[in-house]
Amino acid sequence: MVDQLPAHAEPGIGRWTPYRSVLAARIRAQRSYRASFAIDTVSAFVAGLVELAEVWVIFHNVQVLGGLDFRAVLLVFGLANIGFSTAEVMVGHVDTLPAVLRAGTLDIYYLRPQPLLAQVVTSDVQLRRLARVGVGVACAAIALSVNHIHWSQATVAMIVISLVFGTVIYSSLFVTAGGLQFFLISGSEATAAFVYGGSTASTQPAAVWPGPLKIIFGFLFPVTFCAYLPALVILDLPGPPMLPSWLAWFLPVAALWAAGAALATWRLGVRHYQGGGG
Amino acid sequence: MPPALRPWFRLLRASFAAQTRYLPAVAGGLIANTTFGFLKAAMLVATVHAAGGSVAGYDLESMVAYVWLSQGLLGAVQLNGTSEIGERVRTGEVAIDFARPLDIQTSYLAADLGRNLFNLSTRLLPPLVIGALTTGLRLPTSAGPYLLGAIAVLLGMTVSFFGRYAVNVIGFWLVEGRGLRNFYMIVSTFLAGLFVPVGMFPGWLHTLANCTPFPSILMTPIDVLSGRIVGAEAVRAVAVQVFWLAVTCAIGRLLTARGWLKLEVQGG
Amino acid sequence: MSMRGSAPIIEAEGLTRRFLVRRKGSVRRDTVTAVADMTFSVAAGESVGYIGANGAGKSTTIKMLIGILVPSSGSARTCGLDPLRRRKELARRVGVVFGQRSQLWWDLPVRESFAILGDVHRMPSAAAAARTDELAQQLDMTGYWDTPVRQLSLGQRMRAEIAAALLHSPELLILDEPTIGLDVLSKQRLREFLIAERAAKGTTLLLTTHDMGDIERLCNRVLVVDHGTLAYDGSLPGLAATVGAGRVLVIDLATPTPDLIGIPGVTHLGSEGGGLRQRLALAGDGDQPGAAPSIPVVLAAVSERAELRDLSIEEPDIEDVVRRIYTAAEG
Repeated sequence: MVDQLPAHAEPGIGRWTPYRSVLAARIRAQRSYRASFAIDTVSAFVAGLVELAEVWVIFHNVQVLGGLDFRAVLLVFGLANIGFSTAEVMVGHVDTLPAVLRAGTLDIYYLRPQPLLAQVVTSDVQLRRLARVGVGVACAAIALSVNHIHWSQATVAMIVISLVFGTVIYSSLFVTAGGLQFFLISGSEATAAFVYGGSTASTQPAAVWPGPLKIIFGFLFPVTFCAYLPALVILDLPGPPMLPSWLAWFLPVAALWAAGAALATWRLGVRHYQGGGG
Repeated sequence: MPPALRPWFRLLRASFAAQTRYLPAVAGGLIANTTFGFLKAAMLVATVHAAGGSVAGYDLESMVAYVWLSQGLLGAVQLNGTSEIGERVRTGEVAIDFARPLDIQTSYLAADLGRNLFNLSTRLLPPLVIGALTTGLRLPTSAGPYLLGAIAVLLGMTVSFFGRYAVNVIGFWLVEGRGLRNFYMIVSTFLAGLFVPVGMFPGWLHTLANCTPFPSILMTPIDVLSGRIVGAEAVRAVAVQVFWLAVTCAIGRLLTARGWLKLEVQGG
Repeated sequence: MSMRGSAPIIEAEGLTRRFLVRRKGSVRRDTVTAVADMTFSVAAGESVGYIGANGAGKSTTIKMLIGILVPSSGSARTCGLDPLRRRKELARRVGVVFGQRSQLWWDLPVRESFAILGDVHRMPSAAAAARTDELAQQLDMTGYWDTPVRQLSLGQRMRAEIAAALLHSPELLILDEPTIGLDVLSKQRLREFLIAERAAKGTTLLLTTHDMGDIERLCNRVLVVDHGTLAYDGSLPGLAATVGAGRVLVIDLATPTPDLIGIPGVTHLGSEGGGLRQRLALAGDGDQPGAAPSIPVVLAAVSERAELRDLSIEEPDIEDVVRRIYTAAEG
């Protein structure tokens, strides 16, 4: 029989199966290198601590910076680290696109019946970065207990919104970086400016920034929405000029903007790769 | 050029020339260094203001000079780490290096310095200019700090290399050296004073940092170049750099010799 | 016997692809035409060799056929689909092996890569397992089934790559230099497998290669691409005939003999040793069967003029054939 159909996707097989299968294999592979996994986890943890130490050293010299004391900054730091590290666990490797392009792996993704971005995102998961999420969780927990907070439903809602949509914003930065790297040869340093710069910026009290920085990291790459503005709402503090604290409630809008820009950049990047202009 | 030194000079020059192929990376690096410079400047300037105009001996202009010098020297002292030698140790290719009639440590040093000098020539001035135009910064007006500063930068690059080299060759005794290299990079950048000047550290942390070679890599070159330390104090700081150079170099050589023995005994 | 013969599985219409290339040390960009106005179609069940020098445009064509690259002009349809718009659907119906890049997970055992690929194509697990077993047997992969891909030899890896491309039983198999770097035995095994697989499943094959043995054994049709344009489309013997390359009769004679000119059906190519060894080209038998001279007749004609010591027949060297096409196109 020559007319036989190829083995098409069985409707009964879930559409998430391809991704789950790849991810499960990645996790198994990481667990099988126990020694290096352990030391990677430790260094991710230390990286989180050192970043905290940088903030702490500054507050060792002054009591209050940009309207926040160390306890308040600890909350900003914690929220920012949870969001950024979670994004890094899930989509951080999109930032390594130049290596993927060099190895020709992207052409292989074209041969599989899933969207390219979904394949790249689910091609790996950086479990060791979970250690840094742990640092963030510890800082946020300590900050929430040592600060005087008037707990209400709004406080809880703000924390949840901050964690969920903050992660979306950070993930969008990684995807934007990936999309730009289709155009930039050895461009990972340039995109590090807003990916890792964004991570650093979001741990700072944005009140210390001059206007241009507020525009760049407040709105263009809206990382102040991830931790600083929510922390102001949670601690019931006023915001600096240009960044009033009520803006925090627009975090989902900021996330939408970041995600939309990320997807558009990615699409442009893929079109550039295929040579369709753009 | 004495003929005996020619191979090292060639390695240095080749490595410098190889970097010229990565000009887009230079532009990208400048964008990143400048962005981080602005974030650092914002925090540290605010700190100086909050502390009443001076913190740990830094006033506004010397703090800004610290920020932009540290961003400008970052590429030259390569705090972002090295993995080449470690990878060659892991794969066993290092045996090829041992087979060459050149000393391993110094030949890699020559290549590293070539790369660093290229980074110095392309990445130092732009952040300083940007800093001068935006936040304003103060640099010394006499020649002394620049002459001694040039020596301090060269020593800083060399200490940086010897430290990274030693961490890489520990790979002879590890299954996978990457984790240790990352760990070293994280700790060394902090203690070198990249994010916050070492002078702002609390007493115990300051003492701890000074028990390591890391301040000699970045903090000393910045302090000398910016004229924060001058005269006998500056010369003493450079002497400390020489001390750490000797120590890190010796550790690297010892580890290399031991590693080579291990390779011979176990056959890679 | 089927409808498949009528609907082409690959259709290229005026397919063209230009690249902008930055010249060294200049901001100006040059346009390089990698594929120029290429029109051909491949019917289901055919086996086509796609040959040409490095940089002739082979990989660019393949990338346009599977939706990786957008054509600058012209169009491609694969399995009746627009490869750009319906890439995901197409991915289910085509299997591709790029010789230089792996679709397997290099740090995982071969077995696991196949399990994942079964899920990627959303195959029912029983069907995936059965097909995997079948391929593992046929391609003799069971010996390294639990070895991580990075530890495989080149031949082992290539077999695994081809099996991976066939896992979802595609209608069309595209192989980009599948035998590059393989030893003689591995090549032979791979070719035998592909012949058997095609006989069993009727899979259409598009193959790029530098190895003429691949073409001779596997393909019933040859496309020659040269500088982006289609220089030849037809059978392999026809290709030899087109460029005037036929079989060559090498005869050793007992005594130095004048050049053997004027024997019907052969052309004298040259003499060595004062006429002790002479080379005669047999007229090509590609276009018209029957035009070729019979060797006994030629030999009889030769022995009328001199005493034969030894003879051998050289098959047309396909490398040489292709070289002739290139030089003809250049000149």
